[in-house]
Amino acid sequence: MQFDTPLTLKSGAQLAGFELVFETYGTLNAAHSNAVLVCHALAGSHHVAGHYADDPENIGWWDNLVGPGKPLDTRKFFVVGVNNLGGCYGSTGPLSIRPDTGKRYGADFPLLTVADWVAAQARLADHLGVHTWAAVIGGSLGGMQALEWSLQFPERIRHAMVIASAPKLSAQNIAFNEVARQAIISDPDFHGGHYAEHGVIPTRGLRLARMVGHITYLSDSQMAEKFGRQLRHGEHKFSYDVDFEIESYLRYQGNKFAAFFDANTYLMMTKALDYFDPAYDFGGHLASALARARARFFVASFSTDWRFAPTRSREIVFALLHNRLRVVYAEIDCDAGHDSFLLDDQHYHALLRAYLGNIAV
Amino acid sequence: MTEYERRARAEQRERFDFAVIANWLSPGERVLDLGCGDGRLLRYLNETRDVTGYGVEIDHESVLGCIRNGVDVIQMDIECGLLGFEDRSFDHAIISQALQTMHTTERILTEMLRVAAEAVVSFPNFAYRANRAAIAAGHMPVSEDLPYDWFDTPNVRFFTIVDFEDLCARLEIEIRERLAFDEAGREVSDDPNLNGSLAFYRLGRKS
Repeated sequence: MQFDTPLTLKSGAQLAGFELVFETYGTLNAAHSNAVLVCHALAGSHHVAGHYADDPENIGWWDNLVGPGKPLDTRKFFVVGVNNLGGCYGSTGPLSIRPDTGKRYGADFPLLTVADWVAAQARLADHLGVHTWAAVIGGSLGGMQALEWSLQFPERIRHAMVIASAPKLSAQNIAFNEVARQAIISDPDFHGGHYAEHGVIPTRGLRLARMVGHITYLSDSQMAEKFGRQLRHGEHKFSYDVDFEIESYLRYQGNKFAAFFDANTYLMMTKALDYFDPAYDFGGHLASALARARARFFVASFSTDWRFAPTRSREIVFALLHNRLRVVYAEIDCDAGHDSFLLDDQHYHALLRAYLGNIAV
Repeated sequence: MTEYERRARAEQRERFDFAVIANWLSPGERVLDLGCGDGRLLRYLNETRDVTGYGVEIDHESVLGCIRNGVDVIQMDIECGLLGFEDRSFDHAIISQALQTMHTTERILTEMLRVAAEAVVSFPNFAYRANRAAIAAGHMPVSEDLPYDWFDTPNVRFFTIVDFEDLCARLEIEIRERLAFDEAGREVSDDPNLNGSLAFYRLGRKS
């Protein structure tokens, strides 16, 4: 979908127009009251559920949640997945051709914030005839978008579902992002972000960035259970090749990611994470920032998530309480760390099913 | 008694307990229900008195029950206090037959009167006549209001009406109202520590 009205970004930069790719599942009802927006996290896309007829392997990233009879039931809801602005799955981003120069944006693509994504998503909502979302749901960075929706468009969202998220990044979170960025930026193939013009990709940097990221997505206990100190070759090889299985896993994840994800998008996404802080304009007082919200909230965290630990979700919960807003908060026992939000843990999905089931459409 | 009768009686009893609590609340007020289970008290209070508020619960299945009941619940461990809840942010903090299942009795009572103007507490009276008789006969009591075998009880604190009032005095908590009922649900005025099976209190801070 092409939008031709200029969009002024939080940074002050302006996009003359932009394109968003999206997918929908289910049917918008006559009252237009059953629409749910699914917001993706760092590496996600508009392809939320199902698979394409010609590509059965490519299953949507939240397929276990979205579909007929699933917790986010597409027989009841009209579900929308969108690739955020600046993404690399078809929406306008660093890989797109600049209308004024005829060249790729590359490093010149403006830095985006969560607020900018939500502003762009609102344009899509207008286009789809959705005045008010029944719910906006997301995990991690996606949860931040759900929260941002409740602040930027309080009247356009009835339920904000903020999962495994945080009201802002901690210094440690930013530190990990910075390591990831430096890995990319210091790759000789990065060329100041104009790698496309040189016909190369900063694969090594991307690979490292993803490896660091992956460590933060998993819990220590799960890593121990999944890999432990298992040896690839059954013995110590006394080399820098893969000795331990965890090394193999991280390399695999890094390689897979570097093969399809755009480095500039990755940089921009991590910056969007770093900048996200609704309380910033309110002297750091989150409760004041959330005073605008009108939505009902579902907030959930996972016991072993150390990237966005339960205490981070509680900050949101108590800021909502301060404003006498309605909120359900669940702290889910799940071994899988931050990535738990993508899994189909039985209790987690039962909670989502129950909450979504009670949303009137 | 058949299972059906037992359940019907338990439900009737529960409604009765709820009504006692509801009676102490003003319509439209804001409450915090500690150890709220599946949220049925809050749901009842909302339906009958237009009361709003949140439940607090640690148990996963109960949290799910709350969500199913459309009740706002915050999953956290009350034993650690009510950190995060602001002073005087509720009209009433309620703990309905759950105080005896928690270890940090004093902290919970103190915290309830920090976050709310008044506290409502109900608990089974261990010194009830039938309970005393059970002990005298050499057994831990199992009764209408203490329905668990000793090896399978969620209760960790066993106390009486007299004990509770002593603690309130020590914590400088004012008892604003007390009601006690026997197992049949009749209000008891004569020697409640002996004749009361279940006790309800409306508490405040001595000012």
